[in-house]
Order: sequence, then structure tokens, then C-alpha cells
Amino acid sequence: MEITRRDMLSVGGKLLMIASVGATFEQITGAEPPPDTYRMADHWWGMIIDIDKCIGCGNCVRACSDENQVPKDYFRTWVERYEVPEGYVNPRVSSPQGAINGFPPSQQTSLKSFFVPKLCNHCADSPCVQVCPVGATFVSPDGVVLVDKDYCLGCRYCVQACPYGCRYLHPETETVDKCTLCYHRITQGLTTACCENCPTGARQLVDFKDPKDPVHEFLRENKVAVLKPNMATEAKVYYKNLDGSVR
Amino acid sequence: MIPGVDGFMYPNEVELQWSVLIVLYPFVTGLVAGAFILASLERVFKVEAVRPTYRLALLTALSFLLVAPLPLQLHLGHPERSFEMYTTPHRSSAMAMFGFIYLWYLTVVLLLEIWLEYRSDIVRLAQSSKGFPRLVYQALTLGSMNVSPAARAIDDKVGYAVTVIGIPSAFLLHGYVGFIFGSIKANPWWSTPLMPIVFLFSAMVSGIAAVLLLYMASMKLKKWPIDMRCVDTIAKYLFYAFVIAFSLEMLDLIHRTYESDESFRSLDFMVHTRLWYSHVVLQIGVGTLIPLALLAANQLWKFSEAKRRVMYVTACSLTMIGIFAMRWNVVIGGQLFSKSFLGYTTYKVELVTREGLLAAIALMLLPFVIFFVLVKILPPWQETEAHKA
Repeated sequence: MEITRRDMLSVGGKLLMIASVGATFEQITGAEPPPDTYRMADHWWGMIIDIDKCIGCGNCVRACSDENQVPKDYFRTWVERYEVPEGYVNPRVSSPQGAINGFPPSQQTSLKSFFVPKLCNHCADSPCVQVCPVGATFVSPDGVVLVDKDYCLGCRYCVQACPYGCRYLHPETETVDKCTLCYHRITQGLTTACCENCPTGARQLVDFKDPKDPVHEFLRENKVAVLKPNMATEAKVYYKNLDGSVR
Repeated sequence: MIPGVDGFMYPNEVELQWSVLIVLYPFVTGLVAGAFILASLERVFKVEAVRPTYRLALLTALSFLLVAPLPLQLHLGHPERSFEMYTTPHRSSAMAMFGFIYLWYLTVVLLLEIWLEYRSDIVRLAQSSKGFPRLVYQALTLGSMNVSPAARAIDDKVGYAVTVIGIPSAFLLHGYVGFIFGSIKANPWWSTPLMPIVFLFSAMVSGIAAVLLLYMASMKLKKWPIDMRCVDTIAKYLFYAFVIAFSLEMLDLIHRTYESDESFRSLDFMVHTRLWYSHVVLQIGVGTLIPLALLAANQLWKFSEAKRRVMYVTACSLTMIGIFAMRWNVVIGGQLFSKSFLGYTTYKVELVTREGLLAAIALMLLPFVIFFVLVKILPPWQETEAHKA
């Protein structure tokens, strides 16, 4: 049978439609891909934060709270406002309710003011992981610090050991809770709730093992720093233009 | 503004994680280690003058050791999972070693030494008592009824060996508690290599003071004369231990002040405000300088027996307050300031919650109840009675 150009186009078009519909269907429904498509060894997650882009709207805090059912008055992420009023050298810092509702207008005439989003730094050399007496908190092979809530004793040694104040005892489960970098999302190919809801792109989830990830360019081209580098925790949340006063 | 908070705290820091129960933990283990080291003075270092307190010190150590894990259990979010520390300990965690060190100290050191010390008494009581007590003492003999001079000589030898092992074990037990705090690099109030040794010497001070108080109280209750030679000797060792403990604490303070790293201003402010009463007044003033002065005076001048008794009781009571304040200032003080060094929170002791004041008081009374029971089962007065007779 002779295949004409018309037949080729017809069959090819149909195949293309089926393929595209299939892909769209998966994207639209959010159907989970087969679990074996995510290989932990292929990833090494972290985050980059551009201080100059953060407007302190608190969207990230709200999104995180909703996505992860974070209990009231506890925070997996929060935003701090640093202000250096006229006549002062040291900044004044505030984070009302973790900035879940953003910030009220500043009452002061500031020489300098900026926002610093905070979250677990998913340290490669985590003091929290080191001190857990039963190994309930651990670094996953893809670089995320997680807590096994079915194993955690609730001793809170890790809370004491975290230099960044990122951990708390969940009042209902009575186990330690913290940012998971939205592990349930990132293993499905999605970004974190905080990054997805940041209107300015100040926060970006990055994969250090992905050679095409913009993090490599970001680290090459910008002046970046981690929080409390003296703690030597190998933090994986990098800040662009981080002021030296930030703790 | 958040009530009780001054300045800026990371939002999750506002609530303190380690409560008064965690203050009890180093306080209680310190008493255990200190009491045991006092007992070893007689057994290993042959300080015969303290013999009347030897058994008392062992029973004191056991009473407190049995209670030591309880505040931790009450504090845990999931106490039913605490056994995981034995089955799947995380080797890099200082805390994971607690269970093993505790079990080692309880079984290999303390229970074994007490059993060896009391074995001949237990056998005698198993033969002389009747009814239920007889069953208890028979069980306590563990089937070993031989109290011949040869068998007792073996008891003595093994007991000596256990005490020799026990001294480093007591150091380990409490030095380790200090390490739990001292190894937290995120917390500058805790993070110092001096912490284990400071804890150790303060443990010796508190344990010796506790045994001295218990001995004098027991004699008073029994209306027996106090062996002043014994009490004077213990007070002398208490003074020595206290001088070392205080010197170490002052070394830490001077070092921090002179070095003045980035945390210093924050910690200095905390000591001058929120910790002023408990740290400067109670720990250093009332709990250290006054008892040290009383003990030092007894090394310099000779007072009458009655005066010495009053001075020792006062010194030891104040010492207990001071060491408790020290534990409080370490545990609670270490959580009152922000790791941002920009703010301070407040600790309000709750009353009737799981980690509240009543639970803490009950846990502090429990060792005395256990002590009372132990003294009834295993009377430590044998020699004093003989001495009296």
C-alpha cells in the first residue's frame, strides 16, 4: 500500500493529538506519575532567595501554612523586616506573626529597609540531624532535612540544636515539625508552595544536581551568602545581597 | 508585641522547649554522681572518717538515680517511644547514649556495689526475719547465702573493683549531661568545652552537700549523736570541691567577658535582667559565696560543735539552692535569649500541667520516699549503732 503525504499528515496529526491530549490530561488532572519516575539520587534540593525582590507581602507564609496545615503561631517559613532608622547603626527587626499577614507600614523613616524570608536551610551538615537520639530526623538522599513523625520522641534536642529557629513541636502530634521543602510537591515535579506563590520570584527552588538549573548561573554571577556561615552547617538556602546584620 | 517578649525572637523561639523538668534532670543526676563520689572516698581513697556516710551515700545515689529518667519521660512528646533509644540509637547523638550510660551506672555500678556491700546483712536478715520481709530478703540474696570470711573477702575485693570502675562511671554520668548542653554550637550560653567539667564539679558539690544534710537529719531523727569527725571531713571535701567548681564557673565567666564574642552583649544583658535574681543573687551570692565563706571559716578557725552543725546545715542547704539555681540558669537561661541575639522571651512555670510545678515538686519528693523505703529495707546504720553501743 502506498502511503501518501496526505495519509502521513493525517496519521501524524492524530498521533500528535493523542500525545498532546495525554500530556495535557496528566498536567490538568495533576495525576501522579508512576513513583519510579522520581529518583532521589538525581536531585540535591535547595533554595535561592533574592533579598532585593522580596516585598514582604507574606504570600509565602500563607501558602506554606495552607499547604502544610501549619498550626497557628508556628512557622515553617517566615519573613523578617530589617530597618535601620535614622540615627541608628544596628537594624531593628520585626516579624509580626511571622509576617503571615505581611507587614504594617513602617512608623520610622528608615535609611535602609529590607525583607528576609527564612525557612529551614536544609543543611547538608545539619546539627539537628546530628543530635536526634533515634535518627527520626534525617537528610534524605535528595538533600531535604525531614522528620519521621512516627519515630520522633518529641525530646526537642533538635529544636535546641537548630541555629536558625526553624523547628517547633507540633502541638497536636507532639513531634517535631519543620519545613519539608514541600517534599510531597517537589517529588511530583512541582515547586514549593512558597516559591509558587511568591509574586516577585524572590524565592526559587533549585536543584544543584540539575546542570540546567538556574542556580549555577545565580551562584556564578551574584554575591551570595548563607545565614550564619560560622555555624558550618553547609546550608543550602543561598541569599543574594544578604546584609551582614542578618542573623 | 508578643507578651513576655522583648526585642526580636525568631517566631518559633517564643515558646521554651525545655521546661523545669529538664532542670531537674541534671540536678538529680548531679546528686547521684556526687553522692557516689563521696562514697568512693571511703572505699577507694580510704578516708575512714567518712565511713558513717558510706552506705547512706550509696542509698542516696540509688534513690535519685531511680528518679533521674522520670522527668525526661514526662517531658517527651512520645514517652512510649523512648525505648527506641536502646533499639535504634543514633550514634552521632549525644543524647542517644543516655540510656546506655544510665543502665551501666544503675546495674553495673550502683546496684552491684550496694548488693556486695549489703550481701552479708541481707543473708542475716533473710535468716532472722519472718513472713513477707523474709521473702524479700531471700529474693535479694539472689541465692547466694555464703557469708563465710572467704566469701566476704571476695565481696570486698569485687566491691572495691566496682567502686574503682564506678568513679569514672560517675564522672561519665554527669560529665555526659554537661556534654549534652556543651556540645550545642547553636547556643552560645551552653556551648563551651568547660560545661562537662563545670557540671561534674557542681555535681560533686551538690551530692556531698545532700549526703551531709541527709546524714545530719537522720541522726537528728534517730536522736543519735552526730559523728563530728565525719561531718568535719565531709565539709572539708565539700569545700575543696566547691573551690574547684566555683573557679571553673568564674573561669568561664571571665573568659566570656574578656573574649566578648557576638553573643556577649545579648548574654550580658540577660544576666543583668532576666537572670539577675536566679544567677547573680541565688547562684553566685546566696548559693556559692555564702556557703563557701561558711566552709572556709571552718577551715581557718575552730568553732564549737553546735556552731559547726549550724554552719554546715546552713552551708549545705544554701549549696543545694545554689546548685539548683545553676541548673535552672543553664537550662532555662539558655532558652531565654534569641539565637538572633536580638531579643528575649520569658518562661512562666505552669502549675498543674504535665511539665508544671506540681509535677516537678512530686519528682523532687519521690527520691526521698524511695530513700525512706531503701533505708527501711537496707538499714545503713549498722556501724553507727555499733559505735553507739
